[in-house]
Amino acid sequence: MLDFLTTLINGLSLGGVYAMIALGYTMVYGIAKMLNFAHGDIIMVGGFALLIVCNATGITSVSLIVAVVVCMAVGILTEILAYRPLRGASPLAVLITAIGVSYLLRSIAQLAFGTEAKYLEINMGTIAIGSFRLSVGTLVTLLSASLVMVLLTLFINKTRTGKAMLAVSEDKDAAQLMGINSNRIIMITFAIGSALAALAGFFIILKNPFSVNNTMGAMPGIMAFTAAVIGGIGSIPGAMLGGLALGIIETFSNSVPALNPYTVAIEFALLIVILIVKPTGLIGKKKREKV
Amino acid sequence: MAIMEVKDLVVSYGLINAIKGVSFKVEEGEIVALIGANGAGKTTIMHAVNGILGKAGGSVTFHGEDITKTPAYALAEKGLTQVPEGRRIFQELSVKDNLLLGAFSVKDGKKIKETLERVYGIFPRLKERANQIGGTLSGGEQQMLAVGRAMMSNPVMLLLDEPSMGLSPLFVNIIFDTIKKINESGTTVLLVEQNAKKALSVASRAYILETGRIVKEGRGKDLLNDESIKKAYLGE
Repeated sequence: MLDFLTTLINGLSLGGVYAMIALGYTMVYGIAKMLNFAHGDIIMVGGFALLIVCNATGITSVSLIVAVVVCMAVGILTEILAYRPLRGASPLAVLITAIGVSYLLRSIAQLAFGTEAKYLEINMGTIAIGSFRLSVGTLVTLLSASLVMVLLTLFINKTRTGKAMLAVSEDKDAAQLMGINSNRIIMITFAIGSALAALAGFFIILKNPFSVNNTMGAMPGIMAFTAAVIGGIGSIPGAMLGGLALGIIETFSNSVPALNPYTVAIEFALLIVILIVKPTGLIGKKKREKV
Repeated sequence: MAIMEVKDLVVSYGLINAIKGVSFKVEEGEIVALIGANGAGKTTIMHAVNGILGKAGGSVTFHGEDITKTPAYALAEKGLTQVPEGRRIFQELSVKDNLLLGAFSVKDGKKIKETLERVYGIFPRLKERANQIGGTLSGGEQQMLAVGRAMMSNPVMLLLDEPSMGLSPLFVNIIFDTIKKINESGTTVLLVEQNAKKALSVASRAYILETGRIVKEGRGKDLLNDESIKKAYLGE
């Protein structure tokens, strides 16, 4: 029973990390209508920013703030330099550009820091209640992810900018006629997505101190993209649901010795099944045909 | 001075010139209609004027200011707002949110509240359905919402693209009555319509478009009685 509870909390915590990354994918897809395959590599940018500032100052909170700011800047820059000139171009051109940006970021990191994993330990200790032990980091991850999801939902549905984001996502031209600068809204979306990626990077390092290297964003990026598609790409609650589902499945599968080697296969099998049964994802909506 | 002046407008889709040098003027306080068959270029002109489409040639001035290269989103703030063809309301947002987004260019919260009450006064139906999701409204109600949403920016001039499209005769009458009322309260109107009879009956002046050119211009009443117009556009 205690094992089950521990695994569940670990799963929710991992799912929270996936959800945070998936939100970046899904928001950019919903608003800019593109798959930003460089999104995972923003996590890596955040990881190196954390590593450098942590080693220099030793203050975790400062490092995290710097990482968030750096990631937002890199996210906005990639949008302005790489994606904005392609607005209205074919989706394939944009997709290939995104893959190009991804390799560019990885290669820059490789040139600067090499390929071996760097050690960065952020230890928050463990709590024990009787025989029940849980790392504080896991708990912090879970709580932060929940808080982020609540705040983001409120921001999108309650604020002027959030509603403008919904408007651009539904009909960019109509939104522009209302006086909404869609390029500005897209930029804000990239900034938010990148800030969430930086947070996710922090929590990945919290789980495993040997995380930081030039491809550290690759696997979490792919898993979060899968989560976004499972939930219904473009849907914000979908990304949250997909992320949590994938995190729980991954953690439980890893805890069963017989299933452990097949965890990733199980996750992708789930993706395939869901795409067959419900091509729009769990919460995704059918695109209404305009008459 | 004309509130809007379009000079020698050329718009191309690839190699094809859809609009081949169109010029027209809208005076302050007028309702001006652009009439034409399907494919005559009415909507293309609208999209070129509001900046959604790029222009291959010509110029557009509004209030004496050159807005040829002004991006679409910057026009609402200048007092030029469009009700797009096909209504284009935000289907997944509530009626009230749709209206509030129409006031995106307005910074003064008190003014937004006043305008909202004014729009609810013009369209009581929208007030009844304020919390309903836009996509669940009927076509006529969606057109009301589209017009109301545009009114939320307190426009000096309103562009209306095919407001009667797909509406029942009852709603067509409601929408045209509203256009007249909005105009009488001081808003200049540029109207693009396939329903020539309705458009000419409210328009101070009208331009007739054929395959990207203006072929005739005149007062609404005169064009209603023009033999060639009657034959081609009024089905008489």
